[in-house]
Amino acid sequence: MNLTLKVWRQEGPSESGHIKTHEAEGIPEEASFLEMLDIVNERIIIDGGEPILFDHDCREGICGSCSLTINGVPHSKDTGITTCQVHMRRYRDGDTIWIEPFRARAFPILKDLVVDRSAFDRIIASGGYISVRTGAAPDANATPVEFEDATDSFNSAACIGCGACVAACKNASAMLFVGAKANHLNLLPQGAPEKDQRTLAMVRTMDGEGFGNCTNQYECEAVCPKEISSDVIAKLNRDYAAASAREAVD
Amino acid sequence: MASNGTLNPAIPEGPLADKWTNYKNKSKLINPANKRKFNIIVVGSGLAGGSAAATLSELGFQVKCFCYQDSPRRAHSIAAQGGINAAKNYQNDGDSVWRLFYDTIKGGDFRSREANVHRLAEVSTNIIDQCVAQGVPFAREYGGLLANRSFGGAQVSRTFYAAGQTGQQLLIGCYQALEKEIHKGGVEMHSRTEMLDLVVVDDEAKGIVVRDLTTGEVSSHAADVVILATGGYGNVFYLSTNAMGCNVMAAFRAHKKGAYFANPCYTQIHPTCIPVSGDYQSKLTLMSESLRNDGRIWVPKSKETAEKIRKGELQGNDVPEEDRDYYLERKYPSFGNLAPRDISSRSAKEACDEGRGVASTGLGVFLDFRDAIDRLGEDTIRSRYGNLFQMYEKISGDNPYEQPMKIYPAVHYTMGGLWVDYNLMSNLKGLHVLGEANFSDHGANRLGASALMQGLADGYFVIPATLPNYLASVDPGKITTDAPEFKTAEAEANARIEKLMSINGTKPVDVFHREVGLLVWDECGMARSKEGLEAAIAKIPEIRKDFWENVRIPGKADGLNMELEKAGRVADFIDFAELMCHDALDREESCGGHFRVEHQFTADDEAVKSGFTGDGEAKRRDEEYCYVSAWESNGPGKKPTLHKEELVFESVELSVRSYK
Repeated sequence: MNLTLKVWRQEGPSESGHIKTHEAEGIPEEASFLEMLDIVNERIIIDGGEPILFDHDCREGICGSCSLTINGVPHSKDTGITTCQVHMRRYRDGDTIWIEPFRARAFPILKDLVVDRSAFDRIIASGGYISVRTGAAPDANATPVEFEDATDSFNSAACIGCGACVAACKNASAMLFVGAKANHLNLLPQGAPEKDQRTLAMVRTMDGEGFGNCTNQYECEAVCPKEISSDVIAKLNRDYAAASAREAVD
Repeated sequence: MASNGTLNPAIPEGPLADKWTNYKNKSKLINPANKRKFNIIVVGSGLAGGSAAATLSELGFQVKCFCYQDSPRRAHSIAAQGGINAAKNYQNDGDSVWRLFYDTIKGGDFRSREANVHRLAEVSTNIIDQCVAQGVPFAREYGGLLANRSFGGAQVSRTFYAAGQTGQQLLIGCYQALEKEIHKGGVEMHSRTEMLDLVVVDDEAKGIVVRDLTTGEVSSHAADVVILATGGYGNVFYLSTNAMGCNVMAAFRAHKKGAYFANPCYTQIHPTCIPVSGDYQSKLTLMSESLRNDGRIWVPKSKETAEKIRKGELQGNDVPEEDRDYYLERKYPSFGNLAPRDISSRSAKEACDEGRGVASTGLGVFLDFRDAIDRLGEDTIRSRYGNLFQMYEKISGDNPYEQPMKIYPAVHYTMGGLWVDYNLMSNLKGLHVLGEANFSDHGANRLGASALMQGLADGYFVIPATLPNYLASVDPGKITTDAPEFKTAEAEANARIEKLMSINGTKPVDVFHREVGLLVWDECGMARSKEGLEAAIAKIPEIRKDFWENVRIPGKADGLNMELEKAGRVADFIDFAELMCHDALDREESCGGHFRVEHQFTADDEAVKSGFTGDGEAKRRDEEYCYVSAWESNGPGKKPTLHKEELVFESVELSVRSYK
């Protein structure tokens, strides 16, 4: 199939970007979206141009590297998948496809479609863990976890930290990401001792990194490749309110 | 022991089951006040590197950790699907440390080091405890206790799992521990940073040269010890289940600086991957081995039926029961569809070579859930494998609830790696190697759910205990980047980049990667022959020459340039392919993932006549080849020098590996 690509090109973090048109001709429909870009890039290189840069690694939807906004929707309009899992059979010959980076103030563009998502790492570093020194753990079956809690916790832990939630949000809020991590750890008995500290620290770091506020539109949930429920945002708000109250009393 | 007498595996004295305990009782310690004086470099942030960096920082050492990804959370350990083994015996089905040890030794076709494997089995139980305490959400039963499942090569259920995302959950646990230490200041993290060379001062590894992938800046880092946890070399084959960025550069640079590379020909071809569909393809996708718990593998009995399926005239479900050949169940009745990976992969290749393949390319077999769905219902199958089925449907466009999946083997894991002793230290002093990057635990074939176990064992429990034995002899902070060796290494790294940028040829990097990958897939893949390997060794220098004359790298070196990154990696893959073929040529036997067509059982062999094994099975030659091949580099294009570590089996008897 033949496609017209409208791609965001940007030389560097401080340069201004623009949309450039690239023709993608003779693309097999079995190819993945990123393989389509590979084909285009190989031709650009042969023709003496600079290839379109984009982050990618595992190409099976789990590492969270790929981060394209396709026709205005992070990871494309298909639900429950990442950009690398999008296949060209979803498009038709002659289509025009707009490809942009994950946009947010907290995710500065490095080049073309590559953005810096290290703000997410700093949120986790501030509290997104359970402090357990290696070797200090009790037997794994010493603490049973209720099946429903374990399942709920697991569903939140499925987050791959891709940042689509932020890119989809008009406020560039990271509440789904932070809520997922809080819910993963706060629900488990192992995570209980640090629950308040974790919740307060992650939310404050999130605010400090320049992510916006949540206004409950749930665009984040709609684009999340792991289909994490926006319930985690409500739970985060509850845990944050309780932790703030306890902090004020202390 | 070794040909030049230097390869000492440093295995502790005493009975096998006591070695690790004895070792820890006698190993040297560093007092808490002194620990902070030591600087440790960890390259790689996957399960092995991430767990090592976090744990060493917790102990009080100063750690610098490097990864090429934009975040340590994206290391390729994340993609492991199925599970992690541990000898917990929570199922009361007869498991024990000994059984896990024995299954791993046997699974590795008796080509791994007994003492290391036993230690791995011993610490396996601690790993599960550690991960659960970190909040890793393993699957649980309704009573709230941990669930288990079965994996290939074992007759007990000892695999812990988190749906099809076990690697992700373990890595996130490890990443969170790492981030905690970064926040406390114990670990200085360098993401989007690639190691370009190892720096050796007075015959000891004392630092690395790296390139900041965002700015292009090349710089040096000195330390008292260097730990490589940089994963495997599966991407030498171009198409593999590895992430696109996985590479052999760090390990191969160390090899060129004097570290021996052990058993590079031991590569694992995973039996259940989605078949190749076209030449634009960039990678292959694994379908977890756990699917073989309920899926049945088959091809049609007749070539004619297979041909109709290939042409699309017939669907898998249309083939009546009596025309199907469930070849694993037929050939290996006691393990059936859970036969080890090497055996399952080779059987699939044989079926397709006979013209009975079912994918349009002829290279594919069925993995069929029809019977499991009839027995358990679609809902149960969905709860067990839902995400895998969804992934399959997205990629292939077929619905596996209605038609059998089509699968074919693909390169997945590499058992070979840098040679290490019991301390996980290379022959090059100060260089320690963990996880898939070393060679020590899986022999010639790795069992499912053992890679995660090894990565975390090495990082959480082994290296923290063994490193002080080396550090006790080191004067901390003595070597700095002012040493001339750093200047030289940095200059060489810069010169290599300049050379790559100045070629300005006509062919993109991927062209060369595909060419060398296809060559080793054909000649050093699932079946290898003397003739083929010699042809490959003759061909590789041509590819290398072509690369260094005709590669085209666009843009500049002083910023983000992914083609330049790839070029450095592919240049090393070309040289590494040569080493791999030399090793495969030297090993005149078949064992595990290394199948030499000249060495297989035939109908004349006693073991076949007695029914113990079958015609065409891999034939080891224990008298001549029960050793680890550790190769010393003599530079590209020159035959490397072989050093041998004889494998001594004190506790198990070497036997023909039968899964019948």
